[in-house]
Amino acid sequence: MPYRSPIRHIIAAGAFALSVSGLSICSPAFAQQTVKIGSVLSVTGPASFLGEPEDKTLRMYVEKINAAGGVAGKKIELVIYDDGGDANKARTFATRLIEDDKVVAMVGGSTTGTTMAMIPVFEDAQVPFISLAGAIDVIDPVRKYVFKTPHTDKMACEKIFENLKQRNLTKIAMISGTDGFGASMRAQCVKVAPTYDVEILTEETYGPRDSDMTVQLTKIKGVAGIQAVVNPGFGQGPAIVTRNFAQLGMSATPLYQSHGVASKSFIELAGAAAEGVRLPAAALLVGDKLPDSDPQKKVVVDYKQAYEATTKQPVSTFGGHAYDGLFILVDAMKRADSTDAKKVRDEIEKTKGFVGTGGIVTMSPTDHLGLDLTAFKMLEIKDGDWTLVRPGG
Amino acid sequence: MPEFFQFLVSGLTVGAVYALVALGFTLVYSASDVVNFAQGEFVMLGGMVTVFVSTAGVPLPLAALIAVGVSIVIGLLLYWLAIAPARGASAISLIIITIGASIFLRGAAQIVFDKQFHKLPSFSGDTPVNLFGAAVQPQSFWVLGGAAVIVLLLYVFLERTLLGKAVLATAANRLAARLVGINTATIMALAFGGSAAIGGIAGILITPITLTSYDVGTQLALKGFAAAMLGGMGNPLGAVVGGLLLGSLEAFGAGYISSTYKDAFAFIVILVVLFTAPQGLFGRRAVERV
Repeated sequence: MPYRSPIRHIIAAGAFALSVSGLSICSPAFAQQTVKIGSVLSVTGPASFLGEPEDKTLRMYVEKINAAGGVAGKKIELVIYDDGGDANKARTFATRLIEDDKVVAMVGGSTTGTTMAMIPVFEDAQVPFISLAGAIDVIDPVRKYVFKTPHTDKMACEKIFENLKQRNLTKIAMISGTDGFGASMRAQCVKVAPTYDVEILTEETYGPRDSDMTVQLTKIKGVAGIQAVVNPGFGQGPAIVTRNFAQLGMSATPLYQSHGVASKSFIELAGAAAEGVRLPAAALLVGDKLPDSDPQKKVVVDYKQAYEATTKQPVSTFGGHAYDGLFILVDAMKRADSTDAKKVRDEIEKTKGFVGTGGIVTMSPTDHLGLDLTAFKMLEIKDGDWTLVRPGG
Repeated sequence: MPEFFQFLVSGLTVGAVYALVALGFTLVYSASDVVNFAQGEFVMLGGMVTVFVSTAGVPLPLAALIAVGVSIVIGLLLYWLAIAPARGASAISLIIITIGASIFLRGAAQIVFDKQFHKLPSFSGDTPVNLFGAAVQPQSFWVLGGAAVIVLLLYVFLERTLLGKAVLATAANRLAARLVGINTATIMALAFGGSAAIGGIAGILITPITLTSYDVGTQLALKGFAAAMLGGMGNPLGAVVGGLLLGSLEAFGAGYISSTYKDAFAFIVILVVLFTAPQGLFGRRAVERV
């Protein structure tokens, strides 16, 4: 083998690197001007069921928007970082988005934890941040640059209690998961119950990994005068509660689940026991069952088809939140006819009558969510499928 | 009074799940003094493989067999690739290796399978059986029965067969065992394969009750480990008694005290037991080997 000087390799590598970096420096000059939108999502890790559909949704729709000519005369350049569900990493990436990538706005923050960690970064930099996290703490108190798209657990409680009041079932029992979702929603439900004259006679809890809730349900069964049972929870817990509920022969008492289990897999897991269970959920789940007069029908059916055709996976409300966030932002940029962060922020706040997958959004300086209770549909499980409960039913 | 029986039934159902998981710890511990923290992952594999193979159209009994087969293969691989190369290391090092293996298996399952929860149909339907006014899921009997059969087999194997005695001899003193002609490497492989099989079977039996996903192993292993410690590590009967006791403690704690503190209540009782009898209820008297 002939001897080759290592210097040559270094020169070759250097030349190659130069040519590559040269390319990336030159290309924007040839292409159109771009506008950078950042996103930090939990694509992997324990919250990946949120981050994964959000990631796919953002990529898919940015591509579509660019194919249709972009926004305000510019193509969107999407910068996505994966925080793995870790709030510390999320904050680091948020700083990178601001300082290195110099994004105009951010749509992301899959969990409440990561969102809360990133809020100060965007507030300080005065860059609009549309969060995809559930908790009400994100927008209450209102922060100038922070918005969010998903419904809050408080709204879910209100929707359930509204339905209970209409059915004249005001003495209830609650059985909640002790995980973050269950605990937060339980607290909200306890807070808003008096507003709807709902009286919580007894409360039980279960751990997020428990495999049997018959003990808690037996205790609830033993309390006289319970007219309905509400189960704020997430994951497999509510499915087991539902199955144990039927096992103990309590099916005559109405059981309410939360929006946390609003997916087909809940019906699969709970099986026949799920019959008659009611829960509040976004219109996205029942798109094809909405009456044609429903303004959300077209949006949710289109999104569902596009998502399922591209990803070959069933649609989830989480991806829908990303869809809503992206289009609220793009609409604001179009109205502002600018990609200046401050102008865009002002226009986001003026969002009015935006029809998204999560509901119809009308924001104001005091409301950075912009959804009301009509954003939730009350569903009942019948014959292994969702059915819409008629208002007042 | 019907409440009492419902709590008891609930406790025994959950306890039987813990007992099945705890049994898996027994064999490896008997052979090597190693607590195999990847045991929960075999339980997960048993359930997940059965779910995915049966969804692919394979009849359930065959899918279950395949799942047990997969668990055994993974158990043997765990031994050959991770434990055997580290032979001579202390039990603590080996335990840490099993923790690493458990994290690896969980990550791999997340990629090979998915991140959703899955269920298996109950073997004998979902109509609850009424027992002294308490509603019992038929699957609970399968879990209890499965635990009973495995205890019996393990007991007969360890106490009545030459191979079983070789396992115990390997645990007692590896060098001495080798000197009397026991192939300790084979015995260890056997122990890992066997406990993987027990884990796999446990996963199949409990999935209709507990549901399964790629990460069910951690919590199950933790509770199973607590049950095994309570009953006495390495004793099959102790594992079952420990499991049933732990389940019942949780159920009565939740029923008569508060569901919020049921885990705390159960663990306090375990601590008290271990303070007074560190070897567990049925454990071998600890003999310090020098």
